[in-house]
Amino acid sequence: MNAGASPRTDADPVVSLTDAVAALGARPVLRGIDLAVHRGEVVALLGANGSGKSTAVRAAIGQVPLTRGEVRLFGTPLRRFRAWSRVGYVPQRTTAAGGVPATVREVVSSGRLSRTRLGPLRKADREAVDRALGAVGLADRAKDSVNALSGGQHQRVLIARALAGEPELLIMDEPMAGVDLASQEVLAETLRAQVDAGATVLLVLHELGPLEPLIDRAVVLRDGCVAHDGPPPKAVGQHALPGHDHVHPHAAPENADPIRTGLLD
Amino acid sequence: MDLFDYAFMQRALLAAVLVGLTAPAIGTYLVQRRQAIMGDGIGHVAMTGVALGFLLNTSPVWMATAVAVLGSVGMELIRSRGRTSGDVALALLFYGGMAGGVMIINLAPGGSTANLNTYLFGSITTVSPEDLTAVVVLALLVLAVTLGLRRQLFAVCQDEEFARVTGLPVRLLNLVIAVTAAVTVTVAMRIVGLLLVSAMMVIPVAAAQRLTKGFGATLAGAMVIGVVVSLAGTVTTYYVDAPSGAAIVLLAIVVFLILSLAATPLARRRARGTAPSPEDVASCTLDEGKTGTAASPTNHD
Repeated sequence: MNAGASPRTDADPVVSLTDAVAALGARPVLRGIDLAVHRGEVVALLGANGSGKSTAVRAAIGQVPLTRGEVRLFGTPLRRFRAWSRVGYVPQRTTAAGGVPATVREVVSSGRLSRTRLGPLRKADREAVDRALGAVGLADRAKDSVNALSGGQHQRVLIARALAGEPELLIMDEPMAGVDLASQEVLAETLRAQVDAGATVLLVLHELGPLEPLIDRAVVLRDGCVAHDGPPPKAVGQHALPGHDHVHPHAAPENADPIRTGLLD
Repeated sequence: MDLFDYAFMQRALLAAVLVGLTAPAIGTYLVQRRQAIMGDGIGHVAMTGVALGFLLNTSPVWMATAVAVLGSVGMELIRSRGRTSGDVALALLFYGGMAGGVMIINLAPGGSTANLNTYLFGSITTVSPEDLTAVVVLALLVLAVTLGLRRQLFAVCQDEEFARVTGLPVRLLNLVIAVTAAVTVTVAMRIVGLLLVSAMMVIPVAAAQRLTKGFGATLAGAMVIGVVVSLAGTVTTYYVDAPSGAAIVLLAIVVFLILSLAATPLARRRARGTAPSPEDVASCTLDEGKTGTAASPTNHD
């Protein structure tokens, strides 16, 4: 694909896993996978349940320790990586709510901690939270309890939380799982806006679905090994019809040079 | 009001206000991560500290603080490992702390289990000036942490993995929560008692969230309820000879029940505001003849 075709000056991949091996308990989950995501790319990690795709993204952000191999983010080995504000993480949505209610705004604001750390929430931070809420279409629900939301709206909250830190890299674990069709469209639109603005995306998907036109490359895992790394698998059904071919607005390497995240400035 | 004339009562009331503020404040975070039992465990462990204070003839409050902090750090380490054997390890810690306290107090010269009573259930007449100094210092520490770091602690309690990916020092913040909970236990020990302190960390929070939709509102509401019931309970035991902890906790339960009853129609009204049910539509058509009735299904509150 385009991103690998022309080596850039900052040729370091945004995310790279090299020979990554990880186990959950005694069960080996990753058996030595190589995965690189380059600047501006949208890479989908596909595979059956238990193929290791969630473990791979969680290893990429240091939440699963590797027993062999290396993870680098923005060219820095993970154990020395500190620039977490460049990363926006959307975990797999769990239905387990906390013991205390929280508003949409409170949850989204916690995404801003990657920039404020232990400091106060300033005006610029609150504005970033407002933008993140707007980006997922939940500005009018800011004061509502997250427990009152539907599954799809809850997923949008988690994405807004990741966007609140104005990251360059989005890592999403099954963002479409259990999401109604209307919210899927909103999510696809949100993601498209991020990609158009230069964001790099690594996401775990069960099926390509409405995100299909955005995906540059698919990595398919099987039993903890990379089974396919290349163009997204050909969709069947109406997605396979001619005329469904798509053009990526961010694909042209020549005008991709000054990378903006679009969120930062 | 002659009760304010007594120095012991002034100390007890000040301590009560501080307990009412601090216990629900740290309790909100513990309830958020479904760790409400932790306050109870720390209370058990602190018994060893109180008994050691007697045995070594030093301040039971400071000794209890030291032992409670050690115990809570141990509990946090067990929790963060997340092993299935963690349950057993916690049980060993809890009951070891309680048994150790009872054993040590009986070793102390002239000491008996009866000495522990006021520490277990609270007593307004026993707040000494030295105790009060310790309580004030420790309570300010608890408030500084629970209010000053509220956004960070909320994030850690709400989604620990996400908090780690934001780059927050999650392990350190978890220890801060554990130590703060331990300190709160010793703040509350004199007024509410070690066996009932957990109730003040949980019940005001549960009561507040009958009415609230957000974390900040729950935190604030729980602290208001906490101050009201601990002041009222302390005053009650000025007139009724009973352990203050019992009065405070019973009052907290009453507040919880009242708010639960009040919350049911409130929740129903809120639900009506967002999604009109067939009944509402029916009542709406009935109301059509009247002018300007407030209850209309489109009326969002």
